[in-house]
Amino acid sequence: MAAVTPAATPAPAATPAGPLPVSGGGWGRRVVLLVAAAYFLVPMVIAVTFTVYNEAQGFSLGAYGRILTAPGFVSSFLQSLALAAATIVLVLVLVLPAMLAVRLGAPGLRPVLETITTLPLIVPPITYVVGISTSLREGADALAATPFWQTLISLQDENFPFVLVLAYVVLALPFAYRSLDAGLRAMDVVTLVEAARNLGASWPQVMLRVIMPNLRSALAGAAFLTLALVLGEYTIAALLGYQTFPVWIVTISGNDGQLSVALSILSLTLIWLLLLTLSRAGRKKS
Amino acid sequence: MTVVKARRTWGKGWAPAVPLLLVVAIAFGIPAVMLAVGAFTVKGAPGEPGSYGFDNLAASLREPYLGTLLTSVRLSAVVAVAGALTGTFLAHAVLTSKSSALREAVLSVSGVLANFGGVPLAFIWIATLGNSGVITTSLGLGSGLLYNFWGLALVYLYFSIPLMVLVIAPALEGLRPQWREAALNNGATTWQFWRLVGIPVLAPALLGGVVLLFGGAFAAYATAAAMVGASVPLVTLQIADALTGNVLVGFENVALALSLDMVVVALLVMAVYLPLQRRSSRWLR
Repeated sequence: MAAVTPAATPAPAATPAGPLPVSGGGWGRRVVLLVAAAYFLVPMVIAVTFTVYNEAQGFSLGAYGRILTAPGFVSSFLQSLALAAATIVLVLVLVLPAMLAVRLGAPGLRPVLETITTLPLIVPPITYVVGISTSLREGADALAATPFWQTLISLQDENFPFVLVLAYVVLALPFAYRSLDAGLRAMDVVTLVEAARNLGASWPQVMLRVIMPNLRSALAGAAFLTLALVLGEYTIAALLGYQTFPVWIVTISGNDGQLSVALSILSLTLIWLLLLTLSRAGRKKS
Repeated sequence: MTVVKARRTWGKGWAPAVPLLLVVAIAFGIPAVMLAVGAFTVKGAPGEPGSYGFDNLAASLREPYLGTLLTSVRLSAVVAVAGALTGTFLAHAVLTSKSSALREAVLSVSGVLANFGGVPLAFIWIATLGNSGVITTSLGLGSGLLYNFWGLALVYLYFSIPLMVLVIAPALEGLRPQWREAALNNGATTWQFWRLVGIPVLAPALLGGVVLLFGGAFAAYATAAAMVGASVPLVTLQIADALTGNVLVGFENVALALSLDMVVVALLVMAVYLPLQRRSSRWLR
């Protein structure tokens, strides 16, 4: 059975060519653009040059080649990817049903959701990690004699620190919520769900065959933003003492300046590709 | 999934949200409560339980800790105001240009750079203006150029200006050309248009941008940690030091109090931002 697609999805309006009043002399504008271009491009160009050229060896892509063989690269990168995957799945599984509930009969839930998806944006990550590490420490004291102690320890497993997944789920909530909210706005959830239920679909069928296909680009958006977040998050992982990818970059930087700049450029390219894919996907839909 | 059944018994349909609320309560609620409790717990003598009181908070608002808080506030204020002004001019210059390619390029690059913080940002600037950076050595500039207050501000602007462009662009696009035509037809000058129509309409978005940039700079840690170490005393660096045991014994709870100070500042920022954002979105329909 094909996915149920609403007949007319109101396409998010593509921003029309700016109807702004063109004001005054073109000189001011040119100066602004030139200064901005210099400020934003110069460091980037220099950093790229720095990674591929030095006076002793001339041009060489060696720094990028060294990334793959650098000790710890593979394990830290894989760990970050695994954390990202777990975070994406968990955040979507938690947020989507709650957001549907808001539309299907619990409007009182909306302010609650808006609050808990705004708080992580407000609280500085450093204070969040202080709270987490205090909780883990006090928790270890309080739970030492109970079976929960083992749970607390396995939360902090070196190889797959689930405590980071929990923290990242919280940090990803605002992005997942906003992305899915935009997607849900563009469809008539109530009608679709009622129609599907009247035709005898079970709730899992409603989710998998009606809701999710209509939300494809919003789900992808939420997933990409979460991925970018996890691959770039330094503060919490570093201060809890885990070797995720961003933490590893700092660790390795002490030994090899060129390598660390090469890694920085690589991670910027990665964010750029993720967001590019995201905006492409959004455009294709509209 | 027992949504329907649960709705009948619960009557309110909140059941599907329970897992989310539970996880948030555990992963966010517990740390928040522990932070607050710890900040108000005054350590007793070794072996004795602590008592509750305001000693830590008072200590966090005295030197040397007060200095770090103020440096952070000052840095964030500089970045917020400079970033908001530059970002607005840049957004305006781009949006009024005839080239739609330029417009698209700047907006999408802004989307990337606004998310580009942390350690990689620090490294790219170190390669450029650090002690052995390319510009520093080729122009023979002195060392330590980047590793101070203004260097940090310069680097923070690299993600703050793009963020401002993203925040202000919709508001600038919401300035209808008709308003300007109407003003000009009624004999207003360009300056009068901006003073009486443009800036008042943009004001909430502008102020909202300032506040948002302030919050971003205030909370930033990774960039500063990778770049300046301890040479610029920021409150985030101070807290991290306490957390990694780089300090005197007994300081941990002052670090909790400092964190609480930060949360209070951040909440104030949002208390200003949210109403402004609501106001500015009024014109964008």
